[in-house]
Amino acid sequence: MTGELVPVIGLEVHAQLLTQSKMFCGCSAAYANAAPNTHCCDLCSGMPGALPVINQRAVEMTLMTALALHCEVAQISKFDRKNYSYPDLPKGYQISQYEQPIGVQGWLDLGDEMLSTRCGIIRVHLEEDTGKTSHVSLDGSDVSLVDYNRCGIPLMEIVGAPDLKSPEAARDFFSTLRQILMYLGVCDGNLQEGSMRADLNVSLRKADREPGVKVEVKNLNSFRSVQRALEYEIERQREAVSAGHPLVQETRGWSEARDATIAQRTKEYADDYRYFPEPDLPLITFSADRVAEIRQSLPEMPAEKRSRLRREYGITAEAAHVLTADLALSDFFEAAALAASPATGMEVANWSHGDLLRLLHESQSEIASLPFSAADFGRLIALVSGARISNAAGKQVLEAMFETGEGPETIVERLNLSQMDDNEALTEIVKTVISENPGVVTDYRRGKAAALNVLLGKTIKASGGRANPSVVRSILENELGLPGPPSESPAG
Amino acid sequence: MQRDELNYLSIAEASDLLSRREISSVELTEAALRRVEECDGRLNAMLLLTSDLALLQARHADERLARGEFTPLCGIPMGLKDIFSTRSIPTTCGSRILESYVPQFNATAVDRLFDAGAVLIGKTNMDEFAMGSSTENSAFFPTRNPWDPERVPGGSSGGSAAAVASGEVVFAMGTDTGGSIRQPAALTGTVGLKPTYGRVSRYGLVAFGSSLDQPGPITRSVRDVAVVLGAIAGRDPRDSTSIDALVPDYVSGLTGDVRGLRLGVPNEYFAEGMSSEVRHALELAIGVYRDLGAALQPVSLPMTEHGLSTYYVISPAEAMANLARFDGVRYGLCERGADVWEMFSRTRETGFGSEVKRRILLGTYVLSAGYYDAYYVKAQRVRTLVRQDFEKVFETVDALITPTAPTPAFRLGEKVSDPLQMYLSDVYTVPASMAGVPAVSIPCGFAHDLPVGLQVIGPALGEQLVLRVAHAFEQSTDYHLARPPLREANTADVGSDS
Ligand SMILES: [Zn+2]
Repeated sequence: MTGELVPVIGLEVHAQLLTQSKMFCGCSAAYANAAPNTHCCDLCSGMPGALPVINQRAVEMTLMTALALHCEVAQISKFDRKNYSYPDLPKGYQISQYEQPIGVQGWLDLGDEMLSTRCGIIRVHLEEDTGKTSHVSLDGSDVSLVDYNRCGIPLMEIVGAPDLKSPEAARDFFSTLRQILMYLGVCDGNLQEGSMRADLNVSLRKADREPGVKVEVKNLNSFRSVQRALEYEIERQREAVSAGHPLVQETRGWSEARDATIAQRTKEYADDYRYFPEPDLPLITFSADRVAEIRQSLPEMPAEKRSRLRREYGITAEAAHVLTADLALSDFFEAAALAASPATGMEVANWSHGDLLRLLHESQSEIASLPFSAADFGRLIALVSGARISNAAGKQVLEAMFETGEGPETIVERLNLSQMDDNEALTEIVKTVISENPGVVTDYRRGKAAALNVLLGKTIKASGGRANPSVVRSILENELGLPGPPSESPAG
Repeated sequence: MQRDELNYLSIAEASDLLSRREISSVELTEAALRRVEECDGRLNAMLLLTSDLALLQARHADERLARGEFTPLCGIPMGLKDIFSTRSIPTTCGSRILESYVPQFNATAVDRLFDAGAVLIGKTNMDEFAMGSSTENSAFFPTRNPWDPERVPGGSSGGSAAAVASGEVVFAMGTDTGGSIRQPAALTGTVGLKPTYGRVSRYGLVAFGSSLDQPGPITRSVRDVAVVLGAIAGRDPRDSTSIDALVPDYVSGLTGDVRGLRLGVPNEYFAEGMSSEVRHALELAIGVYRDLGAALQPVSLPMTEHGLSTYYVISPAEAMANLARFDGVRYGLCERGADVWEMFSRTRETGFGSEVKRRILLGTYVLSAGYYDAYYVKAQRVRTLVRQDFEKVFETVDALITPTAPTPAFRLGEKVSDPLQMYLSDVYTVPASMAGVPAVSIPCGFAHDLPVGLQVIGPALGEQLVLRVAHAFEQSTDYHLARPPLREANTADVGSDS
């Protein structure tokens, strides 16, 4: 019976905008790690008589997002007051948008070009973040402490349609949206610091029926928790339905520790926020020219970038996917590819998502903090690709670049890693190797062709890794002649 | 010059004496402080006297004058309604909940007045959060009318009006949401202007009805209103609703000439509910204008009757939200409770007076799910019609002449128990507030020794015209020169009121 129940999932994502100042006052928006209540003023701490002034940059960022999500943009948008009481809401209302949000009816494509699914975007609107309340014990008594630093940070709300059918799809929605916001430069996407939070709506529906009771899971701040909370919630609802227990419409929270959703409050009555137009602020108007101008200036989106990288650099879909997951990495890749010529794009891609990412991961650092430039990185790949140094030496150079920030040429020089292709010098080494390894030579002469590789390896090792393998191979073949006819056992 | 005479100088007279160094600002300020000492025990116009600051500001003003830095308000004693935020000076808004609140910043209007050299004598009494028409809703004490201590001075800027009428200050600032400058001006025989919405910055006013609130001066002459308005008007980047329009020289517009001006007399403002004495005074005033050569004509503002009920939907809705911040968390009164919700409700229960609670409930109700369309949305629609009424009428006339209040000053306690009767005090002032247009009240006669006010209403940003019309009347009458008797109340509390 329960097998025919299909999940119906929608996400509401809140994203803090990367503005310098707060939404309605001049306070700095860079409040992370600041001492409590050091980033607030008369306005954002709710002093009587203080009035809000719209941060136009935040409006523009929201407009950019709405356009990037293919929304319809209203010519006139406005702010409303959302009334509710909470200690971390200093005015007793939140300035938000209710009736006329900045964008409506857009969409977001998930997955790759070939296999994408489309999720509707119901609306994109702008509001202000609230403060933070913490409940602690102070001198033996339980108290609540309020920090208004976060209060008034521009917060964009993106409401997705309930078009998603699986926890994976929901996770994909969240991560794809995050990537888009980061590409737009409107949000830093820092999930741990709460720059993006997701609320989930989930219900189960039987085929051809209306969705069942809707449950909301609030405040998820990681991809994993979005997926896990949905897996848990879908299972919980399935069990309840199959056991014949009625589900209640409610708001639940996600407990990482218990790996479960937990009931928060039952909605016996709908919240009545008594919205009405914010009288302290003028309407926001968007002329067709301004919308067109912003639409024109939108940066390349991740999906566009993936197909362009594949087209221009001839890299695989998978490589494009990995590189574009991080805007900084993909930009780094492009700059490196330019400097790496004539190395191929795929070579640069392999170095980028291979050794570079591994080293970044091991050192827990980011592209932005690399001590060397993309051009340095590109020239290193060119050295390997042009056989100026060996592949192994290349890796060694990259590690040194990580440590010292020196250019690849300097390191190659300093560590004496440049490839030896001097025939005479190499012939000397080859001769020594042949004389020291009569057994291997005999194998070769008896027809075991692969024995040549053993000698090749020993020669390179004897050269300190610098010997050019193709030069060595031709010297070896020259010295030993062709392998004899195969005898008792096949080669290899 | 008699000491008393210093208290009744106009701004022009005082600044003339100051600029010629015949008197000093310190003398003027000391005279004001003495006057407060003499009569405020009876009037209760002042909530807080700022004597030390006043003398300091007066000395600074004298230094500026000595350097020849002359501005029209330099060294002039003033009062501020206690709704204006004043840095380091308590700002109670007439409420217990803000009794201990000291702002960290000045309202923009206050900054501008201080920059112009005005001297702050004190913060004046008001109805709590500007909700009322008698100043009886002050959480601290009622203010009495200088013309009759058993009567109210009007409200909510009753303290400012009484202080000006009694000569405690040369001028005072009030705020007007539905008539709170004009109605007390009418009841105390003073001049009070509500400017066009957005003409003067609201930054730093404790908000009541944000789409209606507008600060303005209360003075003893139209010319003084023009001087003060010139100092406070103009765009303020901190108030997004302030208008970016040139501030004209309001004084030079006072030509005394109204010949050929078309003055409309709206039928709806002379309907039932008006006392016969007020009607009589208004009829005489209309005669004065006719004699001055104005073209008077009857006009109609059909939406007038809906103004008041609409006002009592929109203003409480905005007030409900504006007052939500008074929760005891950050400033003002805090009554502890078992949890934060109990703290909120106990703080608000103790801190707010009954009229404030009534308006919060009203505002909550009209915005509630299921009622929003029937009340709030409809009220906004009617408000648009009221505005259009004015726009239409100003196509045919230059300004409107109406009564300011339906009756002269009423007795203390007379309307306290009947909020609807109290609300009707604002029936003639509310429509201009709803439309956001400028309106001034000037003295136009007496009814049994109580002042009667005449209201001149003009189109948006038509302050110059409104003041010109008011000034012409003032020039040919002497009602504004009459001084209140300031007698003691003959009730039981004579001599004991403080
Ligand atoms: Zn701030």
